[in-house]
Amino acid sequence: MIGLKDDETRLLPLMLAPAVSYIALLIGFPFVLSIAYSMTNISVGTTELKFVGLDNFISVVGSQTFWVALKNTCIITLVSQVFVVGLGNVLAGLLMADFTGKWWVRLLILLPWVAPISLGSIGWLWIFDSIYSVINWTARAIGLLGPFDWPIWLGQPDLAMASIIIVNVWRLLPLATVIILAGLSSIPQDIHDAAHVDGAGFWRHHFEITMPLVLPITLIAVLFGIVFTFTDMIVVFVLTRGGPYDTTQVLASWAFFTGIQGGDLAEGAAISLFLFPVLVAVAILFLGVARRTEVT
Amino acid sequence: MAIVEARNISKKFAEVTAVEQINLTAEEGEFLVLLGPSGCGKTTLMRMIAGLEQPSAGRIVIGGRDVTDLPPRTRNIAMVFQSYALYPHMTVAGNIAFPLRARGTSKVETAERVTWAARMFDIERLLDRKPRQLSGGERQRVALARAVVRKPEVFLLDEPLSNLDAKLRHSARDELKQFQRNLGTTTLYVTHDQVEAMGLGDRIAVLNQGLVHQIGTPQQVYDRPADIFVATFIGSPPMNLVELDDVVLGFRPESFLPEEVHPAQDGRSRLPFRITRSEYLGADRLVYGVLEPPYPPTHVISKLPTNIRVEVNSGERHDFAVRLADLNRFDRASGRRLAEDGEAASATSDLT
Repeated sequence: MIGLKDDETRLLPLMLAPAVSYIALLIGFPFVLSIAYSMTNISVGTTELKFVGLDNFISVVGSQTFWVALKNTCIITLVSQVFVVGLGNVLAGLLMADFTGKWWVRLLILLPWVAPISLGSIGWLWIFDSIYSVINWTARAIGLLGPFDWPIWLGQPDLAMASIIIVNVWRLLPLATVIILAGLSSIPQDIHDAAHVDGAGFWRHHFEITMPLVLPITLIAVLFGIVFTFTDMIVVFVLTRGGPYDTTQVLASWAFFTGIQGGDLAEGAAISLFLFPVLVAVAILFLGVARRTEVT
Repeated sequence: MAIVEARNISKKFAEVTAVEQINLTAEEGEFLVLLGPSGCGKTTLMRMIAGLEQPSAGRIVIGGRDVTDLPPRTRNIAMVFQSYALYPHMTVAGNIAFPLRARGTSKVETAERVTWAARMFDIERLLDRKPRQLSGGERQRVALARAVVRKPEVFLLDEPLSNLDAKLRHSARDELKQFQRNLGTTTLYVTHDQVEAMGLGDRIAVLNQGLVHQIGTPQQVYDRPADIFVATFIGSPPMNLVELDDVVLGFRPESFLPEEVHPAQDGRSRLPFRITRSEYLGADRLVYGVLEPPYPPTHVISKLPTNIRVEVNSGERHDFAVRLADLNRFDRASGRRLAEDGEAASATSDLT
């Protein structure tokens, strides 16, 4: 025991080692590898590795699917985040109130976050099924759908995008709600009381007191949401496989289809690297804004 | 400016009764202090007057208007919280302007009033800062400026000085009293600090366990405590209590002096006293000891001004005395003060 305190110089690297090696092996190494791959002609059948410079990137940018995938990625991310933040605020506000069974409601709301994305998505696959869709049958039963209306959720490009957005909202809402809830409960009751006494009505109270105070932490929730949606391929992979005709392809899924299923490792690596600068920029932007709006 | 009345106010939280049947009136322009130990219900009472808490029973009347069922914003009150509750994302100017904007005051008038309030508390140079950039004393001033800016009928102050350091608290107390005098606004002030209560209040309401024990001027509360709780809660060190059969005698440590220093013409009672220990506190000496027969051996304290140079040494027996006028008598069973008339008569027969 004597040596432990004196040995801080050796203990420190020892304690950091698991985290550092985890990042280095599972994130750093693949990252470096994909940069290296993206500048070669590597594919699953390559016998002879050749350096090709930026050729892969040029070919990716020249492909029409790239622009569709980029646009889809952005639309899915932005639209789902709008709903996630909006609904997350409403839900968090409701959960702040005291009612019996609150614990159960919180648990239920958290469940989508705990469930594996792939399992959740498979559940949704059935909900959106072209024949058995629960949504369609329910809508018909209550008279919302006429006898000749039968939306094919995953088969029509616009509905397929909507489906992907719905599933993303469903799976990211719990995290955002919990984060916003934490922000709401960190506002001292005195501040709310002061606003009441100062004469603020419901809307003024909400928009001038509560919202600005949870804004920094909401931005963190949005940052997580953007990163999770932007890099996610599971929802698209399970629901539509990018179809119909690549209309719902996103960058992550396209990288997977090209690099792993198509065997063109070099081009797949190049596609996936397009995500990186965007995400870095988003992270820097949001952390900066969150820092500036931070109060206390 | 308005009269604030609490009529038969009770508040129950689940099983706990926080406030029980309180009747209280703050007169126009009065500075009324609600004093009591923590958990006595004083803050709950103030929150009910503010409208932040709904009473379980009873009515709140402000300026002749029953406001019991009205929300806080229609009561025309201002409240200063112990934490100051400044809006952290707004500048000082934004904080002070908030109550005005909430009332739809015009931009020009808002600006004028903010300047007026800021000048009153000497915080004009801080208007562009955020609360986190301010010291404790500055925050307190901003909170007060935000309270006065709307010219409310009533001020409610919830321990506004307790977050300040001791030195600042003294000057802040003085300023608070000054500005309340100038504005003449009815003020309710919650505190657990008796020195603050004595110094600030026109009257003090002493609360304990949800009940009002006494309402009176600082002098009444100090000199003529209504019961044993008030007697021991106010004053430091607290009033000495001596149990004699079914009566409890009470006298302040500063009235309990060596017999020879009492002026000869005053009626007094002698209490033989064995000194155990004394403390020198600069302006005063605290002399601890035990009463001797015919009194029960009770521990009592005497507070001697340092300019009384009588020798009192540990272990010695000395005759101390209390002026009859300074003797309080309480009923032992109920703790209530006994009537004045009986007091003088029986005190003499018991004690001489």
